[in-house]
Amino acid sequence: MIRAALVAAVALLTGCTSPTIYSWGHYEDLLYVMYAAPGKAPPELQIERMEEDYQKARSLNKPVPPGFHAHLGYLYYQIGKADQARQEFATEKAQFPESTVFMDRLLDNLARR
Amino acid sequence: MKSGPGHLVLCVALLGVALAGCATKSYDYTNYRAHPPRSILVLPPLNESTDVKGTYGYLSTVTMPLAELGYYVYPVAVVDHFFKENGMPTAGEMHQAPLNKIREIIGADAVLYIVLKQYGTKYQLINSATIVTAEAKLVDARTGVLLWAGQLSAQENSGGSGNPLADVIAAMLQQAINQSTDHAHELARTANVQFAIKDHGLLYGPYHPKYGEDSKP
Repeated sequence: MIRAALVAAVALLTGCTSPTIYSWGHYEDLLYVMYAAPGKAPPELQIERMEEDYQKARSLNKPVPPGFHAHLGYLYYQIGKADQARQEFATEKAQFPESTVFMDRLLDNLARR
Repeated sequence: MKSGPGHLVLCVALLGVALAGCATKSYDYTNYRAHPPRSILVLPPLNESTDVKGTYGYLSTVTMPLAELGYYVYPVAVVDHFFKENGMPTAGEMHQAPLNKIREIIGADAVLYIVLKQYGTKYQLINSATIVTAEAKLVDARTGVLLWAGQLSAQENSGGSGNPLADVIAAMLQQAINQSTDHAHELARTANVQFAIKDHGLLYGPYHPKYGEDSKP
């Protein structure tokens, strides 16, 4: 009841602002859990969720949000899958040219390992 | 036992803040309009609250409101990791990083600095209050000019119904709910609605359909 009221209030407030540009999936939820309870969000699990989110976004014909592919790339990097990491950083760059400087830096770092 | 948690009075103070905000005069967007950013780097918030979970509990809520306003938002955890690997392990140190270095290394147009003043839930015998208060500053990474500053806050109170026994039980239930869910984290999302309040929050960014409509006074 309490939570329902809060959710309704939030929905009311956010409802006034704008429609959703992006398909968010679990991106922010995973960010929260990976810091609050790291054991509950190991990279493998995050990757699985985010790949599902990505497929869902594609089926909805909606873009994934800024940082999504970069975060996914970073997760692949953490488990030693450099090729997938590289591919995700490149995808982030193609979707959002604003990320170019940072993505190129991460790609350079990967190349030097 | 009909006087359960459903009888608690819920008050989302933000509603009042949001509505009151509309009556006051608009923020001065002169600098903002002179240096309109496309991309925003969000640094982990500096935590001045008593709750150690504040920094990352808050950080994980900031991407969505900024991106939905139309900005490119750098991947917050990747950025955090990058700073840590480069000798800046804490939010305090990250907030001291020179802007020209941030510009050069990450390429951000603007940097969002958040200082958490309050984050958490206070319990009394029959009442509890969850409060989130943050001060935010958006700074142009090229010039160091302040583009925008604002306070993001939300409060949720639960009070008594007048029946003392029922109230104590309800408060205990409420506390159990809150402790299992980190209520302040969820309330941070409510506070973040203030990024989007017309004439007081941020202007629309390039990925928003209304980009440019608010670019003139």
